[in-house]
Amino acid sequence: MENTKCDCGHNNPVGTVLCEYCGKPLDESGRSDPPLEMRYEGRARRSQTRNTTLFDRVWNFFSSVKVAIWMILITLVISILGTLLPQEQSIPSNRPEIYYAQKYGVWGDLFYRFGLSNLYESPVYIALLAAIGISLVVCSLDRVVPLYHALKNQKVTKSPVFITRQRVTRTEPVSVGEKEALLDRLAENLSAKQYRIRREGDSILAEKGRFSRWGPYINHIGLILFLFGVLMRHLIPGWYLDESVFVREGETEKLPGLNYYVKNEKASMELYDPGEMPPSSENRQPVVKKYETRAVLYEKDRETGTLKEVTRGSIRVNHPLEHEDLQLFQADFNTETRAILLNVKDKKKDRVVDTIRVDLFDPKPEYKLNGGVKVNILNYFPDFVMEGNRPATKSENPNRPAFIFSVDAPGLKQPEKSWLISGANLDDINRENRYEMELKKLETVNVSGLMVRIDKSLPVIFLGGIISMIGLVMGFFWHHRRVWVRWKEGNLYIGAHTNKNWFGLRRELEQAAEKAELPLSFSLEKR
Amino acid sequence: MIKVMEYSLLATFFFYLLSTVAFVMAVTGKGSRAGKEVHTRLWGRRGIALAIGGVALHVLFIVSRVLVGGHFTSNLFEFTAFLCFAIVSSFIILYLIYRTITLGAFVMPLGVIMLAYASVFPRDVEPLIPALQSYWLHIHVTTVALGEGALAVGFVAGLIYLIRWVGENPHSATATWLEVILAIILMVVGFVLSSFIFGAMDYQAAFQHNFEGRMVVQEYRMPAFVGPHEGVTLQADSFLGWKEPLMEAPSWMKGEEAAKKLNSVIWSVLSGLLLYGLLRGILRKRVYEILHPLVKSLHLETVDEISYRAIAIGYPIFTLGGLIFAMIWAHEAWGRFWGWDPKETWALITWLFYSAYLHLRLSRGWHGLKSSWMAVGGFVVILINLIAINLVIAGLHSYA
Repeated sequence: MENTKCDCGHNNPVGTVLCEYCGKPLDESGRSDPPLEMRYEGRARRSQTRNTTLFDRVWNFFSSVKVAIWMILITLVISILGTLLPQEQSIPSNRPEIYYAQKYGVWGDLFYRFGLSNLYESPVYIALLAAIGISLVVCSLDRVVPLYHALKNQKVTKSPVFITRQRVTRTEPVSVGEKEALLDRLAENLSAKQYRIRREGDSILAEKGRFSRWGPYINHIGLILFLFGVLMRHLIPGWYLDESVFVREGETEKLPGLNYYVKNEKASMELYDPGEMPPSSENRQPVVKKYETRAVLYEKDRETGTLKEVTRGSIRVNHPLEHEDLQLFQADFNTETRAILLNVKDKKKDRVVDTIRVDLFDPKPEYKLNGGVKVNILNYFPDFVMEGNRPATKSENPNRPAFIFSVDAPGLKQPEKSWLISGANLDDINRENRYEMELKKLETVNVSGLMVRIDKSLPVIFLGGIISMIGLVMGFFWHHRRVWVRWKEGNLYIGAHTNKNWFGLRRELEQAAEKAELPLSFSLEKR
Repeated sequence: MIKVMEYSLLATFFFYLLSTVAFVMAVTGKGSRAGKEVHTRLWGRRGIALAIGGVALHVLFIVSRVLVGGHFTSNLFEFTAFLCFAIVSSFIILYLIYRTITLGAFVMPLGVIMLAYASVFPRDVEPLIPALQSYWLHIHVTTVALGEGALAVGFVAGLIYLIRWVGENPHSATATWLEVILAIILMVVGFVLSSFIFGAMDYQAAFQHNFEGRMVVQEYRMPAFVGPHEGVTLQADSFLGWKEPLMEAPSWMKGEEAAKKLNSVIWSVLSGLLLYGLLRGILRKRVYEILHPLVKSLHLETVDEISYRAIAIGYPIFTLGGLIFAMIWAHEAWGRFWGWDPKETWALITWLFYSAYLHLRLSRGWHGLKSSWMAVGGFVVILINLIAINLVIAGLHSYA
């Protein structure tokens, strides 16, 4: 490494592999067999030249592709582990500490304890992604700068050692008299193949598709932008909102964390007709064709407190409602019981006295009926459950409504207590009563579950994706090809290098050489 | 139109099959009268003509399927059939560049297996659930399949490289591992063959058992080696006098369809081993030794380049379809562009794997042998995502 002065007299920086001037390999103590290592044109990189400060060492760590590959592989393996069991967000329980052990036994418990159940939001995983991001920046800078300089300052005349140690190379004896015309013909035919030609004395450098060398770096810029976009959502307040809201048909709800309100004018579900289904699926579950919410979005005036309509429209799956950055997605649909209609029956006369409608979200304490009959609600349990031997409610949602009524009528000595629990037969308890509460009908209402999203970094994220794609296409669908030709002391040296698709390069060289009346075979035997 | 759809699929299958035969003829035949060279060229031309004809028929099938049902990539049958189309198309493109006849002798059988595997799934045209009603369905799924098709050709070329390499280094560890991989491939072939055969026989059996406190029925399409734990046979066709399950699934296999899946795995392993045993017993050679004569005239460097080229074509397309289009659609349908659904995560895993492949190749000089192993590994990851994630781990993508 000490001796960086080339035979041609050029002084190279420490870490250089191939002389910057003539391309001759500098460290000949190693392998002397072809082909040459052409990565980054043999230029010295920052990570190879400096190693003193802490910054240098961190830089050197992240500039290693080996380290980058390890990080990719570790992320890969950890990601696989996370898919072995469902993640927390997709389990039907909000108590993961119990759920995993119960459902999957010891392995489930371990899965939860190792943090695999919420892997992708875990600090370790995010740190890995961040490290990959840093590595993308450092690796790219460490390489693109020397590569750019090397390709920009290419010399036309290369040492015969450099040319003959390329992967594709031929040496032909050519006399002084023939060489000028031959070099002209070669240059012309390579030019016909879209190569840019540079001549210098007895040397030719033909090059094409250099821009494809920037593909990987443009791809990396795109990836960095993408990761940066994802990071910004969490760092800048107000850039990202991920909430959900359930709105019953006809009702208006406030959007969580925002000054907006949404009204559900109509929520509907449509099923496929049997005629639209394949014949073999007769006895299968019907398939949903459409979920739709007709919604109105209001903004609340901060001073007057009134709601002002800003937009309206239908929300379907794949068709969100949008207003500026705010998006509402159809995410859930269900039907819930809104009210029950009860027949109050006089068992003695065997006739229905009257019908009452009890709103399950807002029951009235007292109902006055025909014939002076009065019904009072003594107790209401929207989500009935027995706790020990006392009735209680699990939530405010009317999942299993239960009532204790008191019925008073002229002719009764004292009010009767009447029990009603949905899904239970209570004839025994209510047997002594004269008045019976008989379920007539359930009134249902459709409820839409809407996802409320704001994601201001989406443009950055998608721009990153597009740039990344451009880089990939540049790098993979085009090739950087170079041909060096040099005549020296009775010999014509031809050498060529490409970053990929050697087959195409060989074929191209063969065709150009043939047209230049220098029939050389560059190909490998093949079938 | 339905008739056109059915016949074009059938014809596609036979064209691919005949193309396989032609390519194998091309690389094995001696051409005693006209000479080896002429023979190979002739049969190679027949092979590629049949492959192109097959692809044209496949396009006809896709068009008629769209006319009948309005879509063509919404369930496992349609997707697998399209993946087969993508594999054969990628092969044709690479053939036009490299003119490697041997590649056809390996890719076309893969196409045949894929199409046979596709037909194992229900073939009805089904209406789309709301989440799938988007033009992104076709954009996303076709680009994913086209990318995976090219990556699959990269895998086949990698496999050819290994067979070629091992032929000269028969006592290496690579030889043993290659033989293992070939045996596993035979198990996949065995699974496809047995599903295909029992599907054609319309074999049916149903077993009832207790699942999380309710009685459920598992419907088998292959004779049962294992039945559900404490299951009751409701009905079972007889296969050579065999009706009842030979044993019960262990009690810890609790999933709703666990016993049926275990039964499929047992069928694959046993039929694969049977095929393997037959090959070895009849030909008295290891499988890679049987295949080696097909590839021995190839130049290692060319095969390595074809594998890399296929992956270099497939990787950007997969990135576009499997990640970028996927994110755009996920954002429209679910309101988030990434949700760590198992299928999404495995698309990322696939992408990371090929990223590692490319970095190892371009920066660490992993060419030839190591690179070929990576190409094989990449396709295994794709297959896991295609088969295991859909059939074993349920997620948002398990539509079929």
